[in-house]
Amino acid sequence: MAARAAVGTSLAGGRTVVSRLSSAPPLTLRQTGPRTVHLVSTAAGPLGGDRLELDLDIAPGTSLEVGSVASTLVLPGDGESVMVITARVGAGASLRFAPQPTVLAAGCFHRLVVRLTLAAGAHVFWREEIVFGRYGEAPGRCHARFDATYDGRPLLRQEYTVGDPALGASPAVYGDARCIGTTLVTPETTTPTPAAPAPAAQGLAVSRAVVARGAAVSRSASEAVAGDGAAVSRTVPRTVAADDPAVSRTAAGAVVADGVAVLPLAGPGVLVSALGADAVELRRRLEWGEGVALGDLAGAACPS
Amino acid sequence: MNPALLLLTDSRLPAGGHAHSGGTEQAIATGAVHDLASLAAFLRGRLHTSGHVAAALAAAACTLSATRSPDTLWDLLDAEADARTASPAQRDASRTQGRLLLRVARRLWPSPALDGLAQAVPNPHHPIALGAAAHAAGASPEDAALAAAYHAITGSATAAVRLLGLDPVAVHGLLADLAPDLAATASMADMGAHSTEPPGASGTPLADRSWAELPARSAPALDLLAERHAGAKVRLFVS
Repeated sequence: MAARAAVGTSLAGGRTVVSRLSSAPPLTLRQTGPRTVHLVSTAAGPLGGDRLELDLDIAPGTSLEVGSVASTLVLPGDGESVMVITARVGAGASLRFAPQPTVLAAGCFHRLVVRLTLAAGAHVFWREEIVFGRYGEAPGRCHARFDATYDGRPLLRQEYTVGDPALGASPAVYGDARCIGTTLVTPETTTPTPAAPAPAAQGLAVSRAVVARGAAVSRSASEAVAGDGAAVSRTVPRTVAADDPAVSRTAAGAVVADGVAVLPLAGPGVLVSALGADAVELRRRLEWGEGVALGDLAGAACPS
Repeated sequence: MNPALLLLTDSRLPAGGHAHSGGTEQAIATGAVHDLASLAAFLRGRLHTSGHVAAALAAAACTLSATRSPDTLWDLLDAEADARTASPAQRDASRTQGRLLLRVARRLWPSPALDGLAQAVPNPHHPIALGAAAHAAGASPEDAALAAAYHAITGSATAAVRLLGLDPVAVHGLLADLAPDLAATASMADMGAHSTEPPGASGTPLADRSWAELPARSAPALDLLAERHAGAKVRLFVS
């Protein structure tokens, strides 16, 4: 089965309008709020042989939240299944992409491709979770490739291979974890754009991190953020690292706790990377790291 | 194989490589690496993730050194390395080793390509310095890739000998067992360096589909270990 779904936003009278919403089973999209859409699976899969594509086009100055109502169960079938997600986020636009996890059932053969093109001043919160098989089940194989560029420069490129027992169980790769997850967060910018002077006013609960345009490219995110006294670096060391020995913070601004690291990227952004024994532990660790990354540390404690 | 490759991969090359364990010290501290078998799994995982990426970047840097005007592109290739290294501790370790290697290589094999790299990126990522140095020494992109892959595991292996008191011959046996994987990694990286070309070489814009497609295999456990190590109070190795 080949299917292609797409969401596009546009700016009308200073407000976000979901101006394009096209579905094709099994990728069915439903608008669930003024700036929210959910993926609703209307068929099993992806199954081997399926090629599914999801396009997200977030116009400058608009904001969109994308979720899913259930996890994606990747099943075996006739050959490789492919899921390609392409997202373009314009200047001053916000995209929160946080679907439920992708679960790799036994015997599946899956390829996941994510291409994220961020304009200067785009704000993104992009979460990916991969679960190695259902309960007690050995996973099939999966190759995931994630590429994000920011203002035409490479920001983050990652590849994960799951289902190769010789490598996956290596203490250098996943160790004894059964789930992996990452969340990429790029900071809001104060650079005024003609379309949207204040992305925060569009309603996403996001970072207060402020990055000056020039600083963001030439220096590391942590330095840039710290230079503006923003939330990410200001609150992390005092609130978390000081009172919990299981949490440590490095001079470069990375924060690490059991099974989760908050990693300031070289470009403007922070990657939260987590491993977990199960989907619940993974989500708890990721959310904790996301909280650190977003500077929202109220009540944050060691995730494990 | 070019004899200069022996110099480039020799741990006695005064480029500071001996100070880095590539996450091994922390893996031992957490108990994840505790014997020969767990070290073997660690080394194999390291080679096929960060070693594979380093090999590809080294081959690309060696190829770039041979082009007519690489100077404007060093910055972008270095940014490609940054994008593949999410952990700031690993970026620091890579740049520290890259700077030292570049300094040594410029004295051993003075060349316009190395000068251009030093001018554009004073603290390049290690694989990029290694690729440029390999070219200056007359080695091929595949040689550069092999050196990078070898570098990705030897420092970790010898660190484990020191920290765990393992039999050094048995640990070198693990490295010998990985020889076919080293050759395959270098060969794949070399093919990648030939099938991708520097952006702009054919009039394409920055960040096009060329270097963008180089391998980017991640190792989340290595990232965690590197940051845990960077925040540790007591440590023998820098990384």
